[in-house]
Amino acid sequence: MIHRGQNFYLTLLVPVILVLLFFIAGPIGHSFFLSFHRIIIGLPQLKTPFVGLENYQELLNDPVAWHSFWITVVFVGTTTFFELLIGILLALLIHHRFPGRGALRACVLIPWAIPTVVSAQMWRFLFNDAYGVVNYAVFGTEITNYIPWLALPSTALLSIIVADIWKTSSFAALLILAGLQVIPEELYQAARVDGAVAWQRFCHITWPLIRPALLVALLFRTIDAFRVFDLAFVMTQGGPADATNVLQLYGYKKMFVEGWMGYGSAISVCIFIIVLVLAITYVRMVGQRLLEARV
Amino acid sequence: MASLGIKRISKRFGDVVALSKVDLDINEGEFCVLLGPSGCGKSTLLQIVAGLITQDEGSVLVNNKPVDHLSPRDRDVAMVFQNYALYPHMTVAQNLGFGLRMHGIHKDMILKRITETASLLGIENLLKRKPKELSGGQRQRVAMGRALVRRPKLFLLDEPLSNLDARLRINVRLELMRLHQQIQGTILYVTHDQIEAMTLGDKVVVMREGRIHQTDTPGTIYDYPSDTFVASFIGSPAMNLFKGNLIRAKKKLIFQSMDFSLNLQDIPPNFKDNTVEVGIRPEDIEVIHKPKNAFRAVVEMISNVGSEKYIHAHLGSTMLTVRATKEETFKPGETIHLVINPRKLHIFCKGKRI
Amino acid sequence: MMKKLVKKLLFVAGILLAAGFSLTPFLWFVLSAFKNQAQITAIPPQWLSSFSMDSFYSAVARYGIIHYLLNSAIVAGSATMVTISLGTLAGYALARLPRQWGQIILMGILACAMFPQISIAGPIWRFLRFMGWLNTYQGLVLPYVALTLPLAVWILALFFREIPEELEASALVDGCTRLGSLMRVILPLSAPGLFTAAILTFIYAWNEFFLALLIMTDPARQTMPVGIALFQGEHTIPWGEIAAASFITTAPLILMVLLFQRRIVTGLSAGAIKG
Repeated sequence: MIHRGQNFYLTLLVPVILVLLFFIAGPIGHSFFLSFHRIIIGLPQLKTPFVGLENYQELLNDPVAWHSFWITVVFVGTTTFFELLIGILLALLIHHRFPGRGALRACVLIPWAIPTVVSAQMWRFLFNDAYGVVNYAVFGTEITNYIPWLALPSTALLSIIVADIWKTSSFAALLILAGLQVIPEELYQAARVDGAVAWQRFCHITWPLIRPALLVALLFRTIDAFRVFDLAFVMTQGGPADATNVLQLYGYKKMFVEGWMGYGSAISVCIFIIVLVLAITYVRMVGQRLLEARV
Repeated sequence: MASLGIKRISKRFGDVVALSKVDLDINEGEFCVLLGPSGCGKSTLLQIVAGLITQDEGSVLVNNKPVDHLSPRDRDVAMVFQNYALYPHMTVAQNLGFGLRMHGIHKDMILKRITETASLLGIENLLKRKPKELSGGQRQRVAMGRALVRRPKLFLLDEPLSNLDARLRINVRLELMRLHQQIQGTILYVTHDQIEAMTLGDKVVVMREGRIHQTDTPGTIYDYPSDTFVASFIGSPAMNLFKGNLIRAKKKLIFQSMDFSLNLQDIPPNFKDNTVEVGIRPEDIEVIHKPKNAFRAVVEMISNVGSEKYIHAHLGSTMLTVRATKEETFKPGETIHLVINPRKLHIFCKGKRI
Repeated sequence: MMKKLVKKLLFVAGILLAAGFSLTPFLWFVLSAFKNQAQITAIPPQWLSSFSMDSFYSAVARYGIIHYLLNSAIVAGSATMVTISLGTLAGYALARLPRQWGQIILMGILACAMFPQISIAGPIWRFLRFMGWLNTYQGLVLPYVALTLPLAVWILALFFREIPEELEASALVDGCTRLGSLMRVILPLSAPGLFTAAILTFIYAWNEFFLALLIMTDPARQTMPVGIALFQGEHTIPWGEIAAASFITTAPLILMVLLFQRRIVTGLSAGAIKG
């Protein structure tokens, strides 16, 4: 409407664009740059020679890196699946109007609100091999049967998966809830008059119409899951035997613990590209679906 | 087709009384219109009949059998919603067939019914489109088609024309009348538009604040409104109503208001009260050009609707509206002479007709 | 009738399950803050038999929880203020620019939120070291602003879109400058949106771990998440103190959730519908 204000609005955008360019776009680009050099933090006398694709070659031949990629994929797949499932159930529950709905919403939000490191310590406590409640729930008082969940390669990844599902299901639920709330009540009324029973209404009305919200939830969750770090760092430090050495943790260790900044940058570039590909794929899919479903 | 009986239905939402002991009988094949201002409970009544909400008291009978315990699915009714409620992710054909699919009807039969209904409504070429690609009028027809295709016992329509623009509304109204003649369905139709009610209904039910004020044919309601609400709600421009006293003088009965008096006829003999309200429709007041035996009123404003004129005038402190032909050329401030036919008077006491 | 009853029972069971699933692990953990060491490690697990504040005292006195709390408050508070200030301007601009432009720029801004922290960690760390800003408040606040801006701008843009443009138009006609109309007319009306964005930004900054771990290596400057993650006991894991510290750090967040859950839900789900 107010077309002459164009310049005014663009000026308002400048600070934010500058900040983002400087602290996000710039660093990402710089990461690319760094990945082509050999840089060791703490040994400045070695300078930082340009080494081309050497870091990437090393990465491709690095079994730990591949293992790290693989367990991250397992993590992402499992957590996303269960979180969306639980999310749908929670969303359907919260969608109903009932007294105390606000209280339920608050309960469900709490796992989301607390810091990931706190939830990590919490699950570390719950999975403890001597007095953790999880062991008690599964084995009762037979302490000799207790599993050291976080210390066994076979169960460590499972433990952080459980921790993540607990923490983030509510976020998925909220995104799906938003999709549910857009569906007009009249559609359900029409369906009831047309003869549809509850599960039919879910299949024919609810499910098709929440698909856009589901895709958005899928997108956010997948991308977020690839960034898992806090849980692995606090609960298992990446162990035992790299069983939970997820990508960002591996990159962190290489870059800041061992000091291989060039190599670490190569890792970070790879993670970036994976996430970028995912984001583009999803945006394409979501974009189409959203256009379809717009009423 | 079925008959519909509504027996002493009451419903409240928290502190608000939506319906209060509503009684209504609709015969097979009848087109019954629920008419009233917003909030009078007409939509609530419709939803109760459909089974979408449960009443607090009373019973709904279809073909004289109570259906209160049945879900909407089992009541065999079809409903057209105000905002159409078309399924946005389905094509028109799928929308039309949805109810039939839910009732387990065979695919071939569904196809047959869809094609029949679509040609009845003239929407055959729209079958593959999605609702968002349709105009308002087209969506409305699909909504009606969805109801027709089910061949239900009862049709429920909730203000189906209110989202259409004025010209379209008139066309669709005519179509509805034609459809009703063809299908002979039992229809319960809700609207706040009195013209729709009067033109469409075999029977009109005037409602306000959860109560029925009058149930009658359109003609009877217009000529013999049962109370002042119905009298002023029906008819455009609204009926003129005057408050005043009844004076019994020898053999004559006179209505005396602050500014004028009228001779009355035909009061029931045992009517004893003295305070009354008297009503006369704008078209029943005549403008004459001779000052003999006439009221003198001063023109305030003239509304020219093209085919006729409405003169808003005042008689002393009383405002009234008079219908006049379009040839009259009165101006604000002029004095006009009016004659009121005592036979056309409506007399009310405490709001009710006597 | 039976069907209705069964439905209701399932529903109630569902609610209890959902609430239990969300709360029980956390409550159990936090309860340990009030137990003594013996109770914490007891099998079978004991509920509270004797109430003790020892862990809290220990956490404050021995581990200095309070100064971690202070650092978190300063960092999160500052980041929120800066983000909301800048984000409001940008959100407003995006709400008023023509649709296509606005969408593209918004997509670009949102894209910045999608990348893993490690992609920016290296260069940012080098930059901060170069500026001498490692282990300073601004060294953490600035990256936080960058990380929280996308979501804040998104939410604010959504809220600003709801305000009709006629309001600015009438303010201009009444004699305001463009900036004036923004400050006097639009801003007061968008208070709920600002508030929502502020809450979400604060929560994010309060909980952030990766960059805090990286940039604040001096315990004097570390924030709560780092403190809690690196909690070391001498012989055994000091669960009581960790639980106490967790309780203290999450208490303000839980309070926020209880008071503002409507706003939080609106803000978070804003992305899903208008997406």
